[in-house]
Amino acid sequence: MNDARDERRISLPVLGGVSRRTALKGAGAALGLAAFGAAISPLAHFAETTSLDEFLQKHYKELNEDDKRAIFARLEAETKQRYGAEVHLRDPQPISGVRFGYAINLSLCNGNGRCVEACHRENNHDRDTNQSYIRVFEMPKGTTDLAHGNASYQHDVPQEGKYYLPVQCFQCENPPCVDVCPVEATWQEEDGIVVVDYNWCIGCRYCQAACPYHARRFNWKEPEIPAQEVNPDQGYLSNRIRPAGVVEKCHFCLHRTREGRMPACLEACPTGARIFGNLLDPDSDIRWVLANKRCFVLKEELGAQPTLFYFFD
Amino acid sequence: MTAAATHAADRTDSPVSHWVSYRRFIWRSLVMATDGPLKFYAWMTLLTAVALVGANAWAHQVADGMIITHMTDHVSWGLYIANFTFIVGVAAGGVMMVIPAYLYRDKSMHDVVILGELLAVAAIVMCLFFVTVDLGRPDRFWHLIPPMGRFNFPVSMLTWDVIVLWGYLLLNLHICGYLLYAKYLGRSPTARWYLPFVFVSIIWAISIHTVTAFLYQGLGGRPFWNSALLAPRFLASAFVAGPAFLIVTMFILRRIAGVDIPDRPIQVLVQIVRVTVLINLLMVASEVFTEFYTGAAHSTHARYLYFGLHGHAALVPWIWTAIALNLTSAVLFLHPAAMRSMWLVIAACAAAFIGVWIEKGMGLIIPGFVPSTLHQMVEYRPSLAEWQITAGIWAFGLMIYTIALKIAVPIFRGNVNLAQESRTRTAPPPHHD
Repeated sequence: MNDARDERRISLPVLGGVSRRTALKGAGAALGLAAFGAAISPLAHFAETTSLDEFLQKHYKELNEDDKRAIFARLEAETKQRYGAEVHLRDPQPISGVRFGYAINLSLCNGNGRCVEACHRENNHDRDTNQSYIRVFEMPKGTTDLAHGNASYQHDVPQEGKYYLPVQCFQCENPPCVDVCPVEATWQEEDGIVVVDYNWCIGCRYCQAACPYHARRFNWKEPEIPAQEVNPDQGYLSNRIRPAGVVEKCHFCLHRTREGRMPACLEACPTGARIFGNLLDPDSDIRWVLANKRCFVLKEELGAQPTLFYFFD
Repeated sequence: MTAAATHAADRTDSPVSHWVSYRRFIWRSLVMATDGPLKFYAWMTLLTAVALVGANAWAHQVADGMIITHMTDHVSWGLYIANFTFIVGVAAGGVMMVIPAYLYRDKSMHDVVILGELLAVAAIVMCLFFVTVDLGRPDRFWHLIPPMGRFNFPVSMLTWDVIVLWGYLLLNLHICGYLLYAKYLGRSPTARWYLPFVFVSIIWAISIHTVTAFLYQGLGGRPFWNSALLAPRFLASAFVAGPAFLIVTMFILRRIAGVDIPDRPIQVLVQIVRVTVLINLLMVASEVFTEFYTGAAHSTHARYLYFGLHGHAALVPWIWTAIALNLTSAVLFLHPAAMRSMWLVIAACAAAFIGVWIEKGMGLIIPGFVPSTLHQMVEYRPSLAEWQITAGIWAFGLMIYTIALKIAVPIFRGNVNLAQESRTRTAPPPHHD
């Protein structure tokens, strides 16, 4: 491109009347375009693994039963192809008259971490990063300030002078994460569960910035799970294997709880610290706890109104 | 500008239709955008190379996942959003030329105001790129576009940001495009086709940065950002960084491209920055006082930023560099010689620009996440890919601005216009360098 020195009217033999400057400009542009093509060539792989149907898929709330059937079949086939696992995808709906609530008895919890593991397996989390929706903080007695907590302890439990605080999504009644989502990819269902449409999320992570409780996780890469470890019982809005580049969160195991079963974390808990139930049912265990125990929530002053409560016996 | 008057003589109120003359205008612009001396080609080649490195890194990020960044669930926004925040300010800062030119009818500023408007265009394009590369699923961008998409307006501040950024881009494209085309035709622009847009753009410039601040300051779970001072602070620092960039641009145009820019617009901008740089420092001081004098749990983020916390101190050198640069720039700008010495002003502008880049880039975004909402200490240092993508977007933005100036300056000075074109059909452009 060093033609600036000479003047422009010199014509190349092949190009007839075209000036040398124009010819060089054309060559430069062609070279630039070729370099650009080479630079973005890794996108070809991404385009191959993203089907047109997936690209054009509508928002969850705009899908009819036929759409859902087709999408579920496609996702099941993709899971078979990528993970080698036969899975069954369902979409259980909220039950009218049910609003879920959760309570954890911190006097019983001993930090054994079974809930963390159970969540990891139930929800088809990435094995590589050992992801889970639950983290347990080991806290010194005498404070509830999480600054003194340790979420990565690797020793026998319970330790003298400590108590244990499991943290997961609190399914807030007034969820800040839902407000900030620019594309309505996350919303609160009628039973209070805040869900994510993993096929609609654009991955801006504004919800992660907005959540005061570190409840949301982003898929920094495609999850890796060995075929035999994939949980085949999957909900579309809950534990199906998530694509890369989208946000996910605890969903109170809605594929279980909407069918009368308990969340995986509760079933796994050996201490009986976890109480789950219907806040609208005056005879439920959760209502008994709320009426009889001195319950508290984290960061109550923020006004998000968590529906997961803690209490000490 | 005087050249315009000479050409007015042979102006024949456009015998050709807009259909023809506008096409010729576009073609002429394309030719001017790609013509230049060796140093122009060298500069553009360098920028292209950097932009291509960025494009390649981004392609890998899309293909392999954002795992190649060093962002985590704890620090979920990083270098991209830090740069985005800063560049929105630069875009808004261009308005500091528009206000003197149009509200105070400063004639000398009027002649160069297009530099500010074009800067806004280039900066907004960079903003849109920075947001796009931060998306985990850029293929789903259309989810933001109604009616196919679902636009969570007015609840999500991000949707407001989409509207104000695109609006500001279109406003400035229209204003610049119209003024240049009118100039190319040799006509004086018709007020009703651009003046209302100019006045809207002044308010709009304030809005883009206010909305961007609201994005952060509305989050109750992030005490470091949850301050009513954030939006005013953003504006003050924007009115430092934007004018600083423009002052240096004018010096460069003078020295390297030989454009005769008078002292007056530069001095007006220096006088503006003399005030804004102090307002910005005052607000930083006010923020720092509240954080540290109260000393409550809220101050952990500020303590992490300024002094480090529990042995984690990644941002400490950055923020003290920023403070040193901001103070230096304030002193230099306020020095009486700032009205005379080019090098002193350039040094002051560079210090201010970099100081604000750190202060409201990494210095604002990262401490919002450290310690995390559950008080865990996870630090963040950008990965190589993040630096590459960021550099690529900067290079691309500079390419846009260079090309825009390459087209706008000769047209605005009346060196290139339709009448002259018609006389000498395919004559080479006049080189002023």
